[in-house]
Amino acid sequence: MAEISLSDKQLVKIYDLMVRSRVLEERMIQIYRRGDAYFWIGGPGEEAFGVALGLLANKGQGPKHDFMHLHYRCTPTLVAMGMADEDALRLIMNRATDINTGGRNFCNHYCYPQWNVAPVSSPIGIQYSVAIGTALSQKRHKSKGVSIITGGDAGSAEGDFASGLIWSSRPGEELPMYITVQNNRWGISTDYATQHGESHVADRGKAFGIRTVLHNGNDPIGVYKGIKEDLEYIRKTGKPVLAEFKVSRLYGHSSASGANRVTGEEDCIETFEKKLIKMKVLTAGDCKEIKENHFETIREKAEAIRNEPAPSVETLWDHTYYQSENADWRNF
Amino acid sequence: MANMAQAIRMALHYAETHLDLKEVFGQDVGAPLGGVFTATQGVKCAWNTPLDERGIIGAAMGLALAGDRAVAEIQFVDYIFNTIDLLKFAGGTSWSTNGNYNMPMVVMSPVGAGIRGSIYHSHSFDAWATRLPGWKVVMPSNPKEAYGMLLAAILDPNPVLFLKPKALMRVKGEELIPGEPEDEKALKAMIDAPLGDRTKWKPKWPKLEEFTVPFGKARIVQEGSDVTLVTYGRHVLVAKEALEQMQGKYSVELIDLRSLYPYDWQCVKNSVLKTKRVLFLNEDTEVTNFGEHLAYRVTQELFYHIHAPPQVLAGKNLPGIGLHPVLEENSVPQTHDIIQAIDNLMSQEP
Repeated sequence: MAEISLSDKQLVKIYDLMVRSRVLEERMIQIYRRGDAYFWIGGPGEEAFGVALGLLANKGQGPKHDFMHLHYRCTPTLVAMGMADEDALRLIMNRATDINTGGRNFCNHYCYPQWNVAPVSSPIGIQYSVAIGTALSQKRHKSKGVSIITGGDAGSAEGDFASGLIWSSRPGEELPMYITVQNNRWGISTDYATQHGESHVADRGKAFGIRTVLHNGNDPIGVYKGIKEDLEYIRKTGKPVLAEFKVSRLYGHSSASGANRVTGEEDCIETFEKKLIKMKVLTAGDCKEIKENHFETIREKAEAIRNEPAPSVETLWDHTYYQSENADWRNF
Repeated sequence: MANMAQAIRMALHYAETHLDLKEVFGQDVGAPLGGVFTATQGVKCAWNTPLDERGIIGAAMGLALAGDRAVAEIQFVDYIFNTIDLLKFAGGTSWSTNGNYNMPMVVMSPVGAGIRGSIYHSHSFDAWATRLPGWKVVMPSNPKEAYGMLLAAILDPNPVLFLKPKALMRVKGEELIPGEPEDEKALKAMIDAPLGDRTKWKPKWPKLEEFTVPFGKARIVQEGSDVTLVTYGRHVLVAKEALEQMQGKYSVELIDLRSLYPYDWQCVKNSVLKTKRVLFLNEDTEVTNFGEHLAYRVTQELFYHIHAPPQVLAGKNLPGIGLHPVLEENSVPQTHDIIQAIDNLMSQEP
């Protein structure tokens, strides 16, 4: 395995995390279909990219560590960073026990201050602007931390994407930003090719003198290696990288478009599985067992969480202001 | 006495030296200009950004997430509108993350008419701002309180919109800021940059002291018993002028609300219970105006105590402020409008 610098143990770990993330997402789709959730959106098809990113991030709190400005297909990254399955399940079922939002937000809208995971935004693209601030803080603290941003190809049309390119490349004031785009070629129902004249989103970085890279986002080994190199460059130079990952979107945009499995798109887990079997890292039986174990474990967790309490009305105004200082005008 | 631009400058200097303020940024806020109203002149941590309001607000949000104190400026509030979803997201961060994150950031921006600023340098943002839950929204009417409110904003763990009435930026105060020299020429020599080459200029700051104005607390500018007049920002001065012109015709209680959200309902309520008549005055456009919320509340909670319907006197519901004085003066409330509104209130009997 010298040519890829990943041990068999690491490859199995990556495969295991990718499968766990997929099973978790498919369970969440099932939860939606059963009527235990109002909406599903997530990341099936982005596991190769997301897991590698989560494993390579410098996890921790404060400007010495990486900041994660993720979009709403980030379950694979969070799974790789160590998120409990229960967190995702409680979030989608809006339980009172949902530590991310207290039952307030959609699934895949995570936040973990202890890991510098910034709140995931529904408005498309604002993470590219917000990351300017965390990168600025990292620069001021002279840390090796990187502000990592993920987003879709459609969102790259937003002004915030241009903000990220401009602010990260100010002469002499460059920022340690890893500006990434997961290009699945769709914005809900709109084809990338009908809206974008640029062949690759990454090409836009060239005008700013930003190092740009194209990655096959369905190849977990190549992606792992590519992200590692990109992050090392940013940590060493303090300068940004714009990286585009060609990925698949295996269940459409969200439950709003049916959340049905699509055909004709590469499944990064299937591809990786075949490769691992061919490399004799795993057998077909091993892969089946890994899937079945995650399926059963997550199914049991979901069943238990289904019976957890809903948010109480007493929490309605909680945290509107810091430490729940009164924000209700009726009580001014 | 210091003017409001000098007061803001001194507050930022005090904060960068005593309150761990790390960054002051926006278009033209750094050297050599120090802001289009010179409110950031000489501030060491002030720097210029690209002409990108979304980047400015986003950067402030990111710094807040990282735990660094920053004050971001939008050069004129007329240009803040393309950041509205970022402002919404910033205000909602603590609530939507169930308290996992808070957003201690300050955005300051000049507001309102009164400087012949034409259509896109005269907008108000009061009502828009109060429709951004999670933000605290304040507007000073004098230099000393601008100093105290800006320091309070920088210390607050929540996002704070510090709205600066642009017509007051050169208006001198009536009270000294703690630590401000009594001789205003001496202050000017210390902290105003010279015209021409400023490359070697450095300010000599007075020994300033900490002074904060608590949010949610109004100030009774003048006590009275016939009518309550509630306003804030520039219109505190316009109201005072109107009352002088009325030469004591009625006993008017003038309240400077200072903080739009949270607001001091107890102060308003106690005054209205005393006077039985109330006028809410501001220069923002009149439809879904913030004063309408206060008038609604008076109607709902104090209906059986008042002698006349609560009134709102505000700017005309126009797309902007026309440049010609005839247009501007007929768009935003003037002294004669205030006198007429008070006369109208006093003419009504229960």
